[in-house]
Amino acid sequence: MAQHYSSFDRGGRRWLFQRLTAVFLIGVLAFHFMLLHFVNHASDITFLGTQARMSQVSYFATMWLFLVTATFHGVNGVYNALVNQGLTGSQKNAVKYMLGIAGLLLVVQGTRVSLAMTTLV
Amino acid sequence: MSQSYNRGTVEDFGRWREFTAGMWAWIFHKFTGWVLVGYLFTHIAVLSTSVGVDPASAQAGSDLYTSTLSGLESLLIVRFLEVGLLAVAVFHILNGIRLLMVDLGVGLESQDKSFYASLLLTGAIVVASVPTFLGGKLV
Ligand code: HEM
Ligand code: HEM
Repeated sequence: MAQHYSSFDRGGRRWLFQRLTAVFLIGVLAFHFMLLHFVNHASDITFLGTQARMSQVSYFATMWLFLVTATFHGVNGVYNALVNQGLTGSQKNAVKYMLGIAGLLLVVQGTRVSLAMTTLV
Repeated sequence: MSQSYNRGTVEDFGRWREFTAGMWAWIFHKFTGWVLVGYLFTHIAVLSTSVGVDPASAQAGSDLYTSTLSGLESLLIVRFLEVGLLAVAVFHILNGIRLLMVDLGVGLESQDKSFYASLLLTGAIVVASVPTFLGGKLV
């Protein structure tokens, strides 16, 4: 193959999920920037404005999926990069659990935040 | 297609002077990826000010969430950091799309060109967005 740098093992499970989440993130991240910088100016964000957006089922679902996929993609990316740098054995396990817990906490807190922003529940 | 290049490992950052376009792409993609995760954690922390907002002050626009966000947005340094974040995000997206294409076997022979194109396009999008990012009320 032509030269091609990747930190991931091509065809592995981490590699696959990194790519699947990436495809989803392309759309949502671009949408997020457009919406909160161009459609609504970032300096004009208010709680009521956020609440109005987050109270639409489709917007809420999109943002929550954004939270979960971005967290997975980011944490998986960091973990993989460290494994690629030669992390092995119990160090590798420790890092795996730490990152796993950090990711889980982020999703839990993000979910609390999204619930606080909506009138859906 | 099947010839292999021995350029040493890209992990030897000390060899940066000898890096090829593909190695730079790899380094930039790492750097931008790490910045984005770091931002995500910070972002959720800031948005956490929405938890337990008092409905009456939300109506008046004086709740903690609204004042925290507009307080941040009123700082010029934050505006510049946001432009930086935009640059980082746009590069990561465009270069990420390029990586996905490479994985699908598309454009293997023009990887250098597509990397330079990602850089140029990132620059153009960022420059075009500066007025919007720096505009709006600043204190
Ligand atoms: C400087 C640019 C950004 C601004 C001004 C911004 C602003 C916001 C705001 C105001 C919300 C609340 C929802 C709403 O009002 O519609 C939100 C939610 C969110 N943002 Fe951003 N954001 C930015 C960049 C990013 C980036 C780069 C990421 C990804 C790494 C991101 C990830 C998220 C996620 C996952 C949520 C949902 C949070 C949850 O469900 O708890 N944002 N953002
Ligand atoms: C928006 C569309 C995005 C695309 C198309 C994308 C694409 C990719 C791809 C293909 C890789 C694998 C690189 C490799 O093989 O070495 C990667 C790595 C990574 N991405 Fe993303 N990504 C996106 C968004 C994000 C977001 C929102 C975050 C942060 C939450 C993020 C954080 C990372 C990290 C930390 C890595 C690992 C970097 C490393 O190797 O050190 N990405 N991305």
